[in-house]
Amino acid sequence: MISSRISKIASWAYLAVLYGFIFLPVAVLVLFSFQDGRLPVPPFNGATLKWYGEVFADSRLMSALGNSLMVAIGSSLVACVLGFCAAYGLARFVLPASRLQRGLLVAPMTVSYLIIALGLLSTFNWVGVSLSLWTVGIGHVVINLPLCFAIIYASMGDHQKNIERAARDLGAAEWQVMTQVSAPMLMPSILAAFFLSVTFSWDEFIIAFLLSRFDVTLPVEIWSMLRSGLNPKTNAVGSVVFLVSVALLLILELIVFRRTAKK
Amino acid sequence: MTASVSIRNATKTFGDFTALDDVSLEIAAGEFIVLLGPSGCGKTTLLSLLGGFLSPTRGVIEINGRDMGSVAPSKRPTTTMFQDYALFPHMTLRDNVAFGLKMRKVGKAERHARAEELLEMVGLKASASKKPHELSGGQRQRVALARALAVEPDVLLLDEPLGALDLKLRRQMQDELKAIQKRVGTTFVHVTHDQEEAMAIADRIVVMNSGKIEDVGRPEEIYMRPKTVFSASFMGEVNFIPGTVDAKTDNGIHINTVLGAVKLPETALADPAISAGQKITLAIRPEHFRASTGAGPRIMLGAAKVEDGSFFGTHHRAHLSPADYPNMTITAHMPQSAMIEPGAWIDLTIDPSSVVILPGHATPARPQETVAS
Repeated sequence: MISSRISKIASWAYLAVLYGFIFLPVAVLVLFSFQDGRLPVPPFNGATLKWYGEVFADSRLMSALGNSLMVAIGSSLVACVLGFCAAYGLARFVLPASRLQRGLLVAPMTVSYLIIALGLLSTFNWVGVSLSLWTVGIGHVVINLPLCFAIIYASMGDHQKNIERAARDLGAAEWQVMTQVSAPMLMPSILAAFFLSVTFSWDEFIIAFLLSRFDVTLPVEIWSMLRSGLNPKTNAVGSVVFLVSVALLLILELIVFRRTAKK
Repeated sequence: MTASVSIRNATKTFGDFTALDDVSLEIAAGEFIVLLGPSGCGKTTLLSLLGGFLSPTRGVIEINGRDMGSVAPSKRPTTTMFQDYALFPHMTLRDNVAFGLKMRKVGKAERHARAEELLEMVGLKASASKKPHELSGGQRQRVALARALAVEPDVLLLDEPLGALDLKLRRQMQDELKAIQKRVGTTFVHVTHDQEEAMAIADRIVVMNSGKIEDVGRPEEIYMRPKTVFSASFMGEVNFIPGTVDAKTDNGIHINTVLGAVKLPETALADPAISAGQKITLAIRPEHFRASTGAGPRIMLGAAKVEDGSFFGTHHRAHLSPADYPNMTITAHMPQSAMIEPGAWIDLTIDPSSVVILPGHATPARPQETVAS
């Protein structure tokens, strides 16, 4: 009796420690974004929304936020289209060295963002492309394409192959099969790839830092704020970034997984 | 819309494997043809050649006199009904049926009207706005039929479309398919491994085995006058009695069998080229055994002992072992009124006109057990 009770308590304690380990930093960040005082450290002096007001009044932060959204959505769209085309080609046609090609497409996932950023930086220098939000977007396509490809490729089964064959049999040209049959049929996984890709791009710092110059994304702007020291305003903007990520994951869960479960 | 189909010397190989071996077949416009055979016999390969999903290694395929050699599936006057229906899951039934017309650039109002007409024909007009996942298997199958017919193909190819349905629904769909085929007049080429289905719907059955055509004919011809041992055994139950042609004379064919010598009319020959000295097999359907006392010509194959029997409603089905060759088991259908007692002796009597002389000997096991799945 006693031993089972102890093990029950121990397992709850373990759970609490585990979640504490994962979420305590975020909880602290969010809590001290409401700090009524100049320093985001204990003791907690009381709640205020002043810092959020400052965040939304800061035009540099706001334009960085707009840039981030633009880069995230644009690069994810491109990554999804390219990933879908690659997956369609490799899943539906006999291509030379298709296993090698699949490997090459997924390989960038294993390379650190720092290395990818350095590689892109020297490539852009060599080609003579000046750094801008465009180069950041290209960097994000490079890191998100493997993810989009892998997710979409995994959902292309033989059953859909027969449905595509039926479309061709009824007179559809290849592009019509792709746009009117395959893509709508695979929409749940394409949306999953899109939202995950947006979240990754939204949070990404190293590539955005190394490949941008005058216009920067939100993580880069936060980093330059941090150089002048911690204050509750950085916590507030950090909380906003976190909130958007959570919102994206919720949308993914609600739209995509709800939809696939219904089918 | 309908068209004739001509297949001449079609061969299809996959590496070392010959899926289709020099097959020739003429199909008339408006015919309901069933390609029948076990899995791996080449029937689906032949269908894919007609639909253009595969191209023949050698040989010619013509539809309406036009060579299909370089014509892509989307440009052929054929449509296919797939075994798994292959409906578009994200479209309503109306859009599914209208898809082919949309690809042919038919306006929205017109193609929707046509789609609803076809859905009405298959009894699903009320469900036009539903999605395929809301339907039962039989209903999806009807939608697939309507979708394939919407573009008015000359030839409809049906790839085991009833395979996934349960038996009762399958019989019902066979009747509907046949009725719809008569109504639209399109040439139907239907693939199946179910011989009952083939007999129920076909104008002509093409029996295939190992990439070759074994037999072609109306269902009753294939059943009553099969050309080969394989064809006889695939089309329902049959007894094979091995023998040798002793002599061909003017008043009949003299044959020695393990059950004694018999004389059969010339018409019993499946192939007129069968000559004296050749190994042959007599094929006798279980229902062709007669009572020994009756009118008309009869031949006797000696006495046989009843091993067991069971009552099937329309007949008694009995297993018999002949006195002259006890290792052989003969299956006979006896009249409802017959007294079938295990251990009893009866005479094996048949009408000579119901016996077929097939070339060659049957392999010890039946070539293929048909499974009604």
